[in-house]
Amino acid sequence: MSTSDQQAARPRLAVPELLIGIGLLACAGAVAWQTLAIPVSPLYSKVGPTVFPYITMFGMTILSLLLIVAALRGGWQPEEEKETPTDWKAMGIVAVGLVANLVLIQPLGFTAASVIMFVLICHGFGSRHPLRDVLLGLILALAAYFGFARALGVNIGAGFIENQLNTVLDSIIRMLRA
Amino acid sequence: METLGHLAHGFSVAFTPVNLMWCLIGTTLGTAIGVLPGLGPALTIALLLPITYQVAPEASFILFAGIYYGAMYGGSTTSILLNTPGESATIVTALEGNRMARSGRGGAALATSAIGSFVAGTLGTLGVAFLAPVVVKFALSFGPAEYFSLMVLAFITVSAVLGSSSVRGLTSLFVGFVIGMIGVDLQTGQPRFTFGMSQLLDGVDVIVVAVGLFAVGETLYMASRRYAGKDEIVPLRGSLYMTAAEWARSWKAWLRGALLGFPIGALPAGGAEIPTFLSYAIEKKLSNHKEEFGTVGAIEGVAGPEAANNASAAGVLVPMLTLGLPTSATAAIMLSAFQSYGINPGPMLFMTQANLVWGLIASLFIANIILVILNLPLIGLWVRLLKIPAPQLYAGILVFATVGTYGISQSPTDLVILYLLGGAGFLMRRFDFPTAPVIIGMILWPLAEAQFRRAMTISNGDWSVFYKHPLSLTLLTLAFIGLVGPHIWAYVERRRRRGPEHVPGDA
Repeated sequence: MSTSDQQAARPRLAVPELLIGIGLLACAGAVAWQTLAIPVSPLYSKVGPTVFPYITMFGMTILSLLLIVAALRGGWQPEEEKETPTDWKAMGIVAVGLVANLVLIQPLGFTAASVIMFVLICHGFGSRHPLRDVLLGLILALAAYFGFARALGVNIGAGFIENQLNTVLDSIIRMLRA
Repeated sequence: METLGHLAHGFSVAFTPVNLMWCLIGTTLGTAIGVLPGLGPALTIALLLPITYQVAPEASFILFAGIYYGAMYGGSTTSILLNTPGESATIVTALEGNRMARSGRGGAALATSAIGSFVAGTLGTLGVAFLAPVVVKFALSFGPAEYFSLMVLAFITVSAVLGSSSVRGLTSLFVGFVIGMIGVDLQTGQPRFTFGMSQLLDGVDVIVVAVGLFAVGETLYMASRRYAGKDEIVPLRGSLYMTAAEWARSWKAWLRGALLGFPIGALPAGGAEIPTFLSYAIEKKLSNHKEEFGTVGAIEGVAGPEAANNASAAGVLVPMLTLGLPTSATAAIMLSAFQSYGINPGPMLFMTQANLVWGLIASLFIANIILVILNLPLIGLWVRLLKIPAPQLYAGILVFATVGTYGISQSPTDLVILYLLGGAGFLMRRFDFPTAPVIIGMILWPLAEAQFRRAMTISNGDWSVFYKHPLSLTLLTLAFIGLVGPHIWAYVERRRRRGPEHVPGDA
């Protein structure tokens, strides 16, 4: 129930936990900065737009200080997590996949960007069949695109693949109607 | 009985072919995402939120409720055969269920969990039907001050009381508060926490937050843990028919689990962890086969917690529908679906939206029947889903995550926020911060602010409304006890335990 459960063991500075605490303190600082930036109109003197932001700022500050204290006392990571080394390479490749998607989705359209992301994430997870993954990714992305875009009416960025297929689909529909 | 009349009306809504179809889609999809590790009902319902622009409220809530119930059924299959609990509520099912599967009794374990889910789910839904009108009558007397205090209590219980650490739980909650306040303040029109970016004026969509934390965060986490060792699927062996002895050992456990799960789920604290763990402890104590616990797997240890889990899932719907108070991530996302229809859940819902509420409750009974059929005779189908290899599964999840988030706005800013939240979700998972309080906090904080302002306006700016109304004072006191009580208790325990240490020769 408390962050000091591992206090009984040797108190030792836990660097990752300390960084998290400091990061959250920085967030609290950003909240403070943004709260001070809210203009308060004198018309709303009772409960203005800044009351709840101040409460949030106050809470965040206290909590991040408590987390920093817990980090100084040895941190709170579960033993099982500590013992498992992090696979930075796999995570890195997955992250590259995400960034690729972000950068490519506008120039190439949803499907092409998704296939690239799909293949990279599969690779990160240890799949060594890039060709099969391209095919699978293409099928999934098209299913997702037409499932969402056409059935749910959600407008996803269309690129050359979608435009080609949309033209084909529309002409098929026109042929069926005729 | 008034309730029976309402229920009959509800069934007439739920039994239309279109709504039956939504129920079937929801339960099937729910079972599938419950079986697949890495996908949960909160994420799935978030991704499907755009459907609220297309279909009637009855249809989408029947769909969402089917997903919600289905995920509970499907999750137990994964726990039993794979020993990776998809959700924290099924951890206990994995304890005995996986041992039973390993000792060749997987069929019986799956059967007792599916039938137990059905029994408890049906009892829990009956509980919703009969308890909700009572809560509504009570809730009609609530003023804004009471609502605010009730939300404070819920904030404390979902973040500080449940879970492994109150500081980390509250941190998650406050992160949710910050996200919830981004955008234009509806009452004064002032932009808040937008860092001067016009893209943030509309706020951050709950879809982006749920998908970021649950899909992107989970994928990064799974990628980082390839050294953790793989879970193997235990092949399904043993007949799905339970023997007379297994029935005899199961049925009492189902009933006890349901009786434990529903009331705890219906409290404004929610959470399925406590009732499942309690049920496990009780079954272990009462069992005549204690030697099977922790060795070959005891059927009571599956039946009880599984029933408790499903009954508490039903219980969570009571505060959600009657008070507009979500106590789980899934319920919070359903609340945002209500908002997208412009409907405010709360006591008035039962009068203004009787079709919706009673149609939804009736559809839950139907969903339970469909689910027990889907999860027993068709179990082989779901077992096959477990064989989807992890690389393609997680890559596929992220393709759908992109559709769900980029599709709502076509703004790369949303993708940036999505991936940043994904990174945060990874850190939260890695460093044991609960994620549900983020979602609950972001949905509920603006509502709490609105109630607070309303209360202060009525009282002419007098703060004493919150402690002069007896009910509000009681709720705030409970919240305070929930926040401070466990720490005082731990302190007293530590002092007490320190005593015997001084006994010489003890070390």
